[in-house]
Amino acid sequence: MSSSDVDNWYYSNKVKEHFFRPKNFLMREPKTGEFDAEGEAGNFACGDIMKVWIKIDPKTTKIKKFKWRTWGCASAIAATSVFSEMVTEKGGMKLKDALKITSLDILKRLHGLPPRKVHCSVLVNLAFKNAAEKIDKK
Amino acid sequence: MKKRIYLDHAATTYIDSRVKKAMGEFLIEKFGNPSSIYKEGRIAKQAIEESRKRIAKIIGAESEEIIFTNGGTESDNLAILGVAKRLARKVKPHIITTKIEHHAVLNPCKFLERQGFQVTYLDVGQNGIINPDDLLKVLRPETILISIMYANNEIGTIQPISEVSRIIKNFRNRQISNKSKILNTKYKIPLFHTDACQAPSYLDINVKKLGVDFMTFNGSKIYGPKGIGVLYIKKGIEIQPILFGGEQENSLRPGTENVPGIIGLAEALKISQKEKTRESRRLTALRDYFIKRLLSEIPNVFLNGHPKKRLANNINVSILGVEGESVVLYLDKAGISCSTGSACTSSKLEPSHVIMALGRSHQYAHGSIRFTLGKRTKKSDIDYTMKILIKSVNKLRNISAVKIKI
Repeated sequence: MSSSDVDNWYYSNKVKEHFFRPKNFLMREPKTGEFDAEGEAGNFACGDIMKVWIKIDPKTTKIKKFKWRTWGCASAIAATSVFSEMVTEKGGMKLKDALKITSLDILKRLHGLPPRKVHCSVLVNLAFKNAAEKIDKK
Repeated sequence: MKKRIYLDHAATTYIDSRVKKAMGEFLIEKFGNPSSIYKEGRIAKQAIEESRKRIAKIIGAESEEIIFTNGGTESDNLAILGVAKRLARKVKPHIITTKIEHHAVLNPCKFLERQGFQVTYLDVGQNGIINPDDLLKVLRPETILISIMYANNEIGTIQPISEVSRIIKNFRNRQISNKSKILNTKYKIPLFHTDACQAPSYLDINVKKLGVDFMTFNGSKIYGPKGIGVLYIKKGIEIQPILFGGEQENSLRPGTENVPGIIGLAEALKISQKEKTRESRRLTALRDYFIKRLLSEIPNVFLNGHPKKRLANNINVSILGVEGESVVLYLDKAGISCSTGSACTSSKLEPSHVIMALGRSHQYAHGSIRFTLGKRTKKSDIDYTMKILIKSVNKLRNISAVKIKI
């Protein structure tokens, strides 16, 4: 995180970008069969809840679609948005590779977060795992 | 800089230009230390004593009852810890406060609990106001202090201070007649402190009418300087200092006096009293207009705190389906400053204890937004804020995982 980012705004410019212009969020209700699985993480007490929907290509196991919704603060919204970008860019990541994404990878991509915000905001990978587990069971 | 609409006057206020003017010469020309006996010192001494007199007169007190501190937090600490240290000789001293106090009151109380004191935290009703009868139930012979804020900083609710002081006086008198005086003091206990930091611009702050033994207020909430506060201590009451050093402020608050701060506070308090009636009326109308628009134009918005028994400048609502920090930052981007009780903006990541004390769920606390109006606030500012807020809430609700039925 460069010091000028912090001086100008509470979060990095990358967080700002994803917070004000979030990518890949699902505005309407999902249609039947549109996604393979749905996952969730977080709770009301901590103040962040995220839901994700994923669609996997059965042949290549690549993530074709990753949609989300987040109730939470700027860093929670930005973390979810940036994760959706990470797993769908360049034709989509393979499911098993995407499952290896850690909080640290998300943090790097966001150019950092205030330390105390990390554990409560970066929950999207957990929501994603939650969804992936449901695919495994199918 | 782009024009900002500042709606966070409960956090702090800008300095009134008349206050700045009054302070000016005490920054450079009249810089002396009031403890010095030569001319520069005498000038400074005279200036702070005149300010003390003016402040005392405004709050219905005497000069020697005014102690200058470095702000509201220090005044609260001095009252609570000062009484505790003075009266803690006997077993299990007891303190009563409320669940919605400022941390400057709650945290000294928690500290004392760890030292073996007993502390009762009174509940408030869903409207954010205590029930004075609850106090009656928890007063004990060993209660040494009651600390109840005059007006809440988050939800603006006004506590029935005069009613509370009557209850305390009756209790004291019964204690005397029962000869159950367990602490050897010249004055009657329990003592009564109120944190009135949010009050001076809008409410009657006469200590006699309020019936308090201690009252805290400061400069930074009344268009005066930061770093200056007052603790009113009723004559005859002894407390112990919490800082040790020189003999300033009746040996209760050592350290070279903040002369420009004191001058500024006295001027700010004077102006606040002169403009109170008119400004309260103006802001009450704006407040009610804003609340009405918030509740009618955005679905699932709830007012926190009593609709009328609240400060003229305070609006606090919970907007369900969105999180406070996100709303604050969307408004900030559009040039509007306000605050939230969401956990995300607190350093401990805990949601507002005040909103939680209203008996509402976490979602209400995380979605709470406070707007506090002030001298520069105009109706057009509120109209602009409504426009931006509606847009921001719509967008954040669209991306929110918490779907509320509208």
